[in-house]
Amino acid sequence: MIWLVFAFLTVLALASILWPLLRAKPGVQPVESEVAFFSAQAEEISRDVERGLMTAEDAALAKAEAARRLIHVAEAEGPGLARSHAARVAAAILSLMIVPGVAFGIYVLVGNPGVPDQPLLARLNASPEKMDVNAALAQIERHLAQNPDDARGYELVAPVYMRVGRPADAARAMASIIRLTGGSAEKYDAMGQALVYAANGKVTAEAEQAFRQAAAAAPDMAQPQFYLGIAAEQRGDSETARSVWTRLLASAPPNAPWAEMVRSRLAALGGAGPNSDAGRAVAALPAEQQQAAIRNMVEGLAARLSQNGHDLEGWLRLVRAFTVLNEKDRAAVALADARRNFASDPAGLAQLDALARELGLGG
Amino acid sequence: MIVETGHYALVLALALSLVQALIPLYGGLRRDESLMAIAPPVAVVQFLLIAASFAALSWAHIVSDFSLLNVVENSHSTKPMIYKISGVWGNHEGSMLLWVLILSLFGGLMAIFSRGMPSDLRALTLSVQGWIGAAFLLFILLTSNPFARLARPPIEGQDLNPILQDPGLAIHPPLLYLGYVGFSMTFSFATAALLAGRIDASWARFVRPWTLVAWIFLTLGIAMGSYWAYYTLGWGGFWFWDPVENSSLMPWIAGTALLHSAAVMEKRDALKVWTIFLAILAFSLSLLGTFLVRSGVLTSVHAFATDPTRGVFILLILVFFIGGSLALFAFRASSLKTGGIFAPISREGTMVLNNLLLTTSCATVFVGTLYPLALEAVADEKISVGPPFFNMTFGPLFIPIFLAMPIGQLLSWKRGDLLGAVQRLMWAAAIGVGGGLVFALSKGEPVLSVLAAGLALYVIVGSFVDVMGRVFVRGAGFKIALSRAVGLPRSAWGTSLAHAGVGLTLLGLAATGWGIEKIQAVRPGDEIELGPWRLVIRSFEPRDGSNYKALVVHTEIRDGNRLVDTIEPSRRQFSTRQMTTSEAGISTLSFGQVYVTVAEQNPDGSLDARLYWKPLVSLIWLGALVMSLGGALSLSDRRLRIGVARRARKTGTPPAAVPAE
Repeated sequence: MIWLVFAFLTVLALASILWPLLRAKPGVQPVESEVAFFSAQAEEISRDVERGLMTAEDAALAKAEAARRLIHVAEAEGPGLARSHAARVAAAILSLMIVPGVAFGIYVLVGNPGVPDQPLLARLNASPEKMDVNAALAQIERHLAQNPDDARGYELVAPVYMRVGRPADAARAMASIIRLTGGSAEKYDAMGQALVYAANGKVTAEAEQAFRQAAAAAPDMAQPQFYLGIAAEQRGDSETARSVWTRLLASAPPNAPWAEMVRSRLAALGGAGPNSDAGRAVAALPAEQQQAAIRNMVEGLAARLSQNGHDLEGWLRLVRAFTVLNEKDRAAVALADARRNFASDPAGLAQLDALARELGLGG
Repeated sequence: MIVETGHYALVLALALSLVQALIPLYGGLRRDESLMAIAPPVAVVQFLLIAASFAALSWAHIVSDFSLLNVVENSHSTKPMIYKISGVWGNHEGSMLLWVLILSLFGGLMAIFSRGMPSDLRALTLSVQGWIGAAFLLFILLTSNPFARLARPPIEGQDLNPILQDPGLAIHPPLLYLGYVGFSMTFSFATAALLAGRIDASWARFVRPWTLVAWIFLTLGIAMGSYWAYYTLGWGGFWFWDPVENSSLMPWIAGTALLHSAAVMEKRDALKVWTIFLAILAFSLSLLGTFLVRSGVLTSVHAFATDPTRGVFILLILVFFIGGSLALFAFRASSLKTGGIFAPISREGTMVLNNLLLTTSCATVFVGTLYPLALEAVADEKISVGPPFFNMTFGPLFIPIFLAMPIGQLLSWKRGDLLGAVQRLMWAAAIGVGGGLVFALSKGEPVLSVLAAGLALYVIVGSFVDVMGRVFVRGAGFKIALSRAVGLPRSAWGTSLAHAGVGLTLLGLAATGWGIEKIQAVRPGDEIELGPWRLVIRSFEPRDGSNYKALVVHTEIRDGNRLVDTIEPSRRQFSTRQMTTSEAGISTLSFGQVYVTVAEQNPDGSLDARLYWKPLVSLIWLGALVMSLGGALSLSDRRLRIGVARRARKTGTPPAAVPAE
């Protein structure tokens, strides 16, 4: 339909070019318009004399000057107007190419022929199945503004807000739901997540509070734990983060889709901070003794792993530790040992490979 | 479908403008009748297409179609209807669309009203219009498309900048653009004459209405913009010499010079080449103004460099048209025949003086506007050339113009009698001096105001000496005078009015020196003496607008105890943009104005207010209105202009009052 309109406009545009080309109407010669001009001037002079604006004497002078100028023009007159059939045909063909070519060519680049008009009122009054998301949201918002205690409305909009990228509004909606229908682990969790999105990934105090309430209601729910770990990490409390996530991993059901993410987070924490009472004790030592203590602990870990090699976490720590201590050879050996131990565990191998890549140890 | 149809119409208009640029150009140079004949209908259809496109965009703004990015960024569903409409051109993309709409309107009008013109001049003129149109349509479609769509339309827009939510926006840009773009017509005529290689005697006659139209609208546009700034910006200033204002003033000065030299050309066939040059200059300065305002170069030369697409595009357009036309001028001007000789002391001579002074003053504005930009670009140093520079350079240049204006009107063509003209101006000079004395005694300092006011009175009275001399004849009664007044060419009245308008504006400017200003905290019940008036603050009242909340200060203006007027200065809080605007309360009292604005509420509940009494200030803009009225009168006079060395003084008898040549 819209293309028909476009075609009609194009034909109209072409008609404005082709019509004068086909019509044989003579043009105006420069000399013609000059003669017309000077004779009009002469008439004007006569009229001025009649109205008493000019004396007859002046009129004669002015007329003489006009005549002089006219003679001048007639003498300077150049060639007359031409009319070439070939030029007409060429112009017609050129226009037939330029007009549709340029118009359609550029419109295809910049236009949106498929996008309909969307006046605001029509969008707001559209039937529900045809309504676009933002219009539907606006309608429910208007309803909620008048019925602020309609929990059902908030339940409808909260997930939609998340989808259209308005997490702050989603969080507010969740808060209203909790206010009206009481809290549950799922609701607190959803609110916390919305708050985190709204803060561009930062687990704010408010979000952490929500996750704590979720965790209190359902201690084995994974997501609140995960975010509580992140909150700790963002505070700089790597140790709490590590312990929260380690516990989370320990309780993870096999093949939990999120486990991988938690592991990589955990790995990223690395040896960045002391993670146990022993660690804190080491951190408190003077630098030299600290170095020695760390070396002791690493050797201890290596000895333990050589006895019992089925501790992936241990191996990962050991490889990392050797790298940090700048003992690349021993790190490579530990990595090889670990790989042997986990030869039948693809997930474990994958983690080891990831670590090897991260630390730049050869495969 | 309406929106996309408008979008397609715009693209189609570009295609047509290319045809209009190319085929009539070839036809005009080859003098081929049928090729030249396509220019007028194409120009008309091009206008219809752009008008359809503009209507589609306006419709989208009116119904708040937020699937258009342009509507989202500049509109809001609760905005009053007038601002939904004026918001169409209250933004970059829409204002460029208005620009080409007006361009094509002029092209279309010219196509319709130019039947008597030589075919080649007509075709070449429209071809140049086609080139300009194509350049700007391409600019719009490639860098500033108002029809950009959003896949997921939001439910509410970001609202129009509250400062722009004012009736001024509805009037100011269209007027200004009618002026700016109007000079594209004179430019096209000039370029066409250069292309054709000849200037017909009738050329000036064909160009005159367009020059006048452009000049009238530019005058009104500048005055409107100045008044708008005056009442919205809140400290009563009306001209800031900022680059945006200067870029509208420069084409106005060049246009004024053009108006006068074109008159010489039409009547006396002289100053032809110079007139062509001014026609090119006026539009070049309009283009420069468009570049300065639209490229972002004014915010900072460096802001322009970070997102250069738009700026570079307009710069290329600028270089192409100005460079191209000046090159053509340099190449062809020597082959144009000059004609019409005149003595230095003559009407023509004063027009030359006028042109010299006007172009010089235009050059000072040009330097003052562009020098800081050039310095910033080259030396990375930000300076601002403020009012002192312009007052020192521009001001003195206008003093001889004011002095010479009435003299020029009284000199005859070819050879004039300076002494006679000066004698006839004795009365005007006497009134100027006398009026100056009255002002000095009644208002006092500053001296500059007294001198300027006297000069203004001289200009106003002097403007009418010529027509009065032609209307009142010694011994003739009032009835005869009336019939002579009606019989005078309207263009003579037009000249007098336009010159008197300049005088009125000058008087208004002079009177700013006598203004009174008070800044103080006010609360209900306060009484403030302000010049001859007593202002009584009655109450503060909160009030709701459709998209803002306001705090209104009811203020009474009293003369002694008599209530003269009430005003309501207010502050408006716009929630969408988190902005506050100040609405001045203004009351016009015998050409002066009481002007009050209020600031934020203080913790103790009082409001800081600025209160002004500005005597005669409204004359600044009334003067511009009178100037435009003069232009309109002259425009309505379709008579042919004939330059005669002398004028009849009395019906049927030889001239007596003017000494013989």
